[in-house]
Amino acid sequence: MDWRRSIFLIVVPIETFSILMHNCLQFVKKGQYVIELQNVAYNYGGGALLSDISLKLAPGSFHFLTGPSGAGKSTFLKLCYMELAATSGRVQVFGKDVAAMGRDEIARNRQRIGVVHQDCRFLDHLSIAANVALPIRVSGRDASAEEANLKDLLSWVGLEDRADALPAELSGGERQRAALARAVIMSPDVVLADEPTGNVDWEMSKRLISLLVELNKMGKTIMIATHDLNLIRTAKSQVNARVLRISNRQLQLAGADL
Amino acid sequence: MKLDVSELIALLKGDSQADKVVPPSGYTATLTLFTSAAMAFLAVFALALSLATGRLADRWASELARSSTVRISAPAGQMDAQTRAALEVLRTTTGVASAKALSQEEQRKLLEPWFGPDLPIENLPVPQLIEVIEDSSGYDSDGLRLRLSAEAPGAVLDDHTRWRKPLIKAADRLRFLGLLSILLIALATGAMITLAANAALSANAQVISVLRLVGAHDAYIARAFVRRFTLRALSGALIGVVAGMVAVAFLPSASEAGGFLTGLGFQGWHWVLPFVIPPLAALVAFWATRTAALRRLKELT
Repeated sequence: MDWRRSIFLIVVPIETFSILMHNCLQFVKKGQYVIELQNVAYNYGGGALLSDISLKLAPGSFHFLTGPSGAGKSTFLKLCYMELAATSGRVQVFGKDVAAMGRDEIARNRQRIGVVHQDCRFLDHLSIAANVALPIRVSGRDASAEEANLKDLLSWVGLEDRADALPAELSGGERQRAALARAVIMSPDVVLADEPTGNVDWEMSKRLISLLVELNKMGKTIMIATHDLNLIRTAKSQVNARVLRISNRQLQLAGADL
Repeated sequence: MKLDVSELIALLKGDSQADKVVPPSGYTATLTLFTSAAMAFLAVFALALSLATGRLADRWASELARSSTVRISAPAGQMDAQTRAALEVLRTTTGVASAKALSQEEQRKLLEPWFGPDLPIENLPVPQLIEVIEDSSGYDSDGLRLRLSAEAPGAVLDDHTRWRKPLIKAADRLRFLGLLSILLIALATGAMITLAANAALSANAQVISVLRLVGAHDAYIARAFVRRFTLRALSGALIGVVAGMVAVAFLPSASEAGGFLTGLGFQGWHWVLPFVIPPLAALVAFWATRTAALRRLKELT
């Protein structure tokens, strides 16, 4: 055996191993969980909506959140993206306690979380392209430098022809895809989607889910709130997704069978 | 305050991107512009009033202070002797530049406005007046009074303090009221802009919450509003100041007899002062909008 080849055989595995170890260490150092809830409760004026909820979202995981409407799915997501503050318990985002974060810190951390809202929440006077680029604008980065990135993203969600349209001129499915594009333009670590397929037909739902699965394969943590079990089944055939269920104010891990 | 200044500079440099994030606001913008212009117009007049009363007070103070009068009331036979004695006393008093007994003719002129011409002044027991002009160091009025009473018992010294004090007090009060008006105008502008900014913030609540959700900092959101209102207040005030100055420039120039009115308006370098108003209005608008916006944002998560 050529000695050079044998060295190659030894060195390469060691290097690969060390890179793996390095990644692992970084992973541990970063605090392991993207979002972590400990005994979290949330009360509306009327009474408890969620109580004693604990959950750890690991990086790269794919979760569905299901439950009857009004069970608190949206509220749960709002706790995750810090729009609501937990009544009791502790919410940690990227390893930091949300209760201890200042307003600017919350804003900074939100730039790392992409949210797809049920009702999209666009600025109606701006074009779709401007709406999708909004997170870049507000983060103070130069939007014109990201022009190519924006174009790629719009064609990824199939909206390159509608870039100059106003949100009101788009169909429900187009709006949802634009909302997804806006959620991921900052290349966030987490994407939270609240009923992203609420107003769209089945074909479009499948397309949206496959876009989210694609994002997950790029390493993003995904959580989708939905009451559409067909959607969950479709996704499960493509990705290793876990299903969480909210009922009776509690969060449970649903069984493999749906 | 340091932060405010750096933010103000960033604001003036402008960020057209941040501007577009909030939808244009139509007629409320015109209203802000109009109110700001009207306030600046009023401020120009308040400023003119304060400056004019200031000048007036100075003039009264210096003119009245530098001349005084000795009045001699004596039986007809002693009048001349006492006048001469008084003049002699005045001549030897340090601080008196000159002293001159008014002639019959001059005295008649003084009385003419009240009694008309052809007053037989010779036949009336009119006191003799002596006009005393001080030099810059002034004289000791108490000492002079004592000496006069010894030499000319009928002489009464009137150094005009009796007139001067209330006049100067009135002028000072007027100046104070003028400055108070400017302060009130500034506060009213602040209040008006706060109301307008609050209306704009309410109208754009949806926009604000979307911006907040996509990770905008408070300062970024506030800036979009602050920049608008600051620029509106600035341009409105500029219009108002120019209009006010034109109006002041065309004030009819009153005659000498006008007294008070002659002084109204700006003189010399004072014409530059009104241009302080627009930046001041901008500063007030900046502060008012920023406070309103940050307070409103605190209510959001």
